[in-house]
Amino acid sequence: MIINHPLLGPRDAAEFTYLGDAKMIHRPDWQADDALAQFTAYGYLRDNPAGPHRELWFHEQGDRSWLVVTRDTTTHEITDVQLARDVARAEGRSK
Amino acid sequence: MSYSGFRVIKEALTGHRGWGPAWRTPEPKSDYDYVIIGGGGHGLATAHYLAKEFGQSRIAVIEKGWIGGGNVGRNTTIIRSNYLLDGNEPFYEFSLKLWEGLEQDLNYNAMVSQRGILNLIHSDAQRDAFTRRGNAMILNGADADLMTTEQIQKRYPFLNVNNARFPIKGGLAQHRGGTVRHDAVAWGYARAADRRGVDIIQNCEVTGFRIENGKCLGVETSRGFIGAKKVAACVAGSSGRLMEKAGMRLPIESHVLQAFVSEGLKPVLPGVITFGAGHFYCSQSDKGGLVFGGDIDGYNSYAQRGNLPVVEDVCEGGMAIFPMLGRVRLLRMWGGIMDMSMDGSPIIDRTHIDGLYFNGGWCYGGFKATPASGFAYAHLLATGRPHETATAYRFDRFEKGRMIDEKGMGNQPNLH
Repeated sequence: MIINHPLLGPRDAAEFTYLGDAKMIHRPDWQADDALAQFTAYGYLRDNPAGPHRELWFHEQGDRSWLVVTRDTTTHEITDVQLARDVARAEGRSK
Repeated sequence: MSYSGFRVIKEALTGHRGWGPAWRTPEPKSDYDYVIIGGGGHGLATAHYLAKEFGQSRIAVIEKGWIGGGNVGRNTTIIRSNYLLDGNEPFYEFSLKLWEGLEQDLNYNAMVSQRGILNLIHSDAQRDAFTRRGNAMILNGADADLMTTEQIQKRYPFLNVNNARFPIKGGLAQHRGGTVRHDAVAWGYARAADRRGVDIIQNCEVTGFRIENGKCLGVETSRGFIGAKKVAACVAGSSGRLMEKAGMRLPIESHVLQAFVSEGLKPVLPGVITFGAGHFYCSQSDKGGLVFGGDIDGYNSYAQRGNLPVVEDVCEGGMAIFPMLGRVRLLRMWGGIMDMSMDGSPIIDRTHIDGLYFNGGWCYGGFKATPASGFAYAHLLATGRPHETATAYRFDRFEKGRMIDEKGMGNQPNLH
């Protein structure tokens, strides 16, 4: 697989390590009443879709940036790559 | 019709006209007591033990494709019970004991071959860890043998014990481990279940569950609604896709694991060998091909095919211990989809939906577990209580902090 890095251009996926579902960008509120249930779901439950999947990849052998890659889990086709920082800010995370 | 040597001779003398199909092709009935979703090794084993050990009837196994066409036909056929943790080792040892009596139980030649498995040791720390694991195995009634380099060299003279980076300093052997003809496991269980009246319905895809007031009443399929008192999901690899139809999110990611087989060779490899410094394992099939594999690719996938970096990594692992592998040509490679769970251990449990049960999360260790998985699942379905060796395989272990994490990797499925 080739990941088209937004800053560095096309890079071999072997340079990256994989974390998982990009929903992990959003940590639950630790002060919420149901924080335990929320953190259990955050830590252990996954959508695991067959089809397009937004996921976090870390450019460990490169510029050490986190990326949000949209990839089809049935074909491995990558349709979109963005810096995770930009995605997080666009989705309202402050830090 | 029972299979036996006499039967083979009789058929040979009468033109082989007496062999019939090994199982029927029934039409689905409108309802059953038990509907098992997934005609793989685990699903068929569940049906067999439900009928034989627990005396249940009105059982159907429904399969999207053909039986034996999923992971039971795509694995590297190894059986063993060399685990460390209390939640796992009794279960896998129970499984190995069932393997030892499988062919008599099923009246089917599954080619169970206890040729032994050897985990290589490459450092003093690893020897300590493997000694501990061996002791845990012995405490749970399994066999374990800590072998010296000299003993290993005598038995496996082709191993490169003097690799500069990862010299071989010994090994933990389980001589009762080995290999089984994987397709024959599916066929043997299917035939044995069918002979006890289980309906095996192929080419029947589950498209949804009928759930009313928190109770599962049956499954919608491509061949119509099938009612059931108990619905048992057993589709490891596709668990996410199936249970999504019941509105469930699972502690599981689906990942692709590649496997490889070389051209056929004369017998060179007596047993199963695993590399302890990387991830590589190898055995020789009865046809002569070297069957080997290594790490999962490491990203979510339902594609049943992997990528080249892992191929290179697996072959490097192989070359580090078997330099002779470099002269062998690869014949085939393929991928299978694994339910990678959050702690590397499986789940056999009821769900929050009344009448809906779940078996999955087998990571890449499901094949060796086939008999015990079927037995334990049948026990849960028939009695409502988990089997004594499978009490730890619960959904709520993540919430309760009772993970069964053999390697201590944490909740990162691609590291297990």
